[in-house]
Amino acid sequence: MAKLHVSTTINGEPAEFLCEPTDTMLDALRGPLGLTGSKEGCASGDCGACSIMLDDRLVCSCLMLAAEAQGHELQTIEGMALGDKLHPLQQKFLETAALQCGICTSGMLVASDALLRKNPRPTEEEIRFWLAGNLCRCTGYDKIVRAVQETASEMAEAAQ
Amino acid sequence: MTDVRYLAPSTLDEAISAFVAAGSAARILAGGTDLLVQMRSGAVRPGVIIDIKKIAEMTSIQETSDGQFRIGAAVPGAVLAEHARFGRVWPGVLEAINLIGSTQVQGRASAGGNLCNGSPAGDSVPALVAAGATVMLQGPNGAREMPVEKVPAGPGRTTLLPGEIVVSFMLPPRPRGSGDAYLRMIPRTEMDIAVVGVGVSLTLQDGVCTAARIGLGAVAPTVLLVEAAAKALIGSRLEAKALEAAASACSAACRPIDDKRGTIAYRTKIAGVLLQRTARIAAKRAEGN
Repeated sequence: MAKLHVSTTINGEPAEFLCEPTDTMLDALRGPLGLTGSKEGCASGDCGACSIMLDDRLVCSCLMLAAEAQGHELQTIEGMALGDKLHPLQQKFLETAALQCGICTSGMLVASDALLRKNPRPTEEEIRFWLAGNLCRCTGYDKIVRAVQETASEMAEAAQ
Repeated sequence: MTDVRYLAPSTLDEAISAFVAAGSAARILAGGTDLLVQMRSGAVRPGVIIDIKKIAEMTSIQETSDGQFRIGAAVPGAVLAEHARFGRVWPGVLEAINLIGSTQVQGRASAGGNLCNGSPAGDSVPALVAAGATVMLQGPNGAREMPVEKVPAGPGRTTLLPGEIVVSFMLPPRPRGSGDAYLRMIPRTEMDIAVVGVGVSLTLQDGVCTAARIGLGAVAPTVLLVEAAAKALIGSRLEAKALEAAASACSAACRPIDDKRGTIAYRTKIAGVLLQRTARIAAKRAEGN
């Protein structure tokens, strides 16, 4: 059986890859595409470590077939920084140590970025509900939530 | 693994032809939030995966001039939540659909998938049953319409015929003074499977309940339409006695399992408790309409 040929856009750049019909998008990212920033935690949509944006919507790449990427636009953690300049969320996570082992971090960042684009000034409760599908097994939630909130305030101030 | 095929037809006719040709080896792919998990665990090994998201009628939302909503079966919860009108007309249906999984799951999961997955605990199903929603089916022998409560046949099973696909949900026009609500009981505060789920849709005229439908989930092999509970509410002013009678009818309808999330006794009692709370929310919303 021939592999499927998929043409898509990843982080603004055209991308092509080959996949099996049952490969997930996460398999393709971490395999042929070499984009290993998205992590495999549970592979069943529970942990959010593989979070990516599909046509500007937050999804788990482990719950998407790689073949479904055909003709769509994906954004991954690798596209978050602007060249050498970290995204304000990345910078804040670093400064405030909003991570321990780091496995959940790229998913947390992608999901938090999606939240701030939709809701630039979320309350703590809104952040916690939004990130309910991102598990941190180091249980570092408080620092993560505070980092998102602080980034939101700083980005809002900078925008004024 | 080697001879699985992935198809993404752009018309319903193509999808149904492929579905019929592949027979029981085929699986329909909507949001994939159940199917991919089942494939990963080995519970399902499809020979053909038919992705129906490129079919326009499966992913669109329309409100007709007479006030009906037509929701494509593959519309993700997050997309439905962003619709300008749907959540105002059917807040209970929307809150039920939006309770399915995380933000990430909402980006993909659909009411059509939730229904066809056949789980007795699917959150959207009791609310759609309460709403009096129907499904539009398309199969090799043409189209037909069926009430949502007739679709589930048991855990993981539906009454759909071979080759049939759920294309869309139709929600009826809303009379003035109508409201709906959905509540579920879960042991955690988020991201869990319902121990009991209750959907209520009702209409009030001058404080008197003139119409009601109750959908009850996670307490029987299929989601139930509890007509006895609705009868207890219709004609009442939703006073305590009427709500208690409806609660008893819900408890009486329960045929639950005992599992780690809840015992038979607990689920049976909670079905009544939740009915009362859900009916009060639906009534409050109805008063505002």
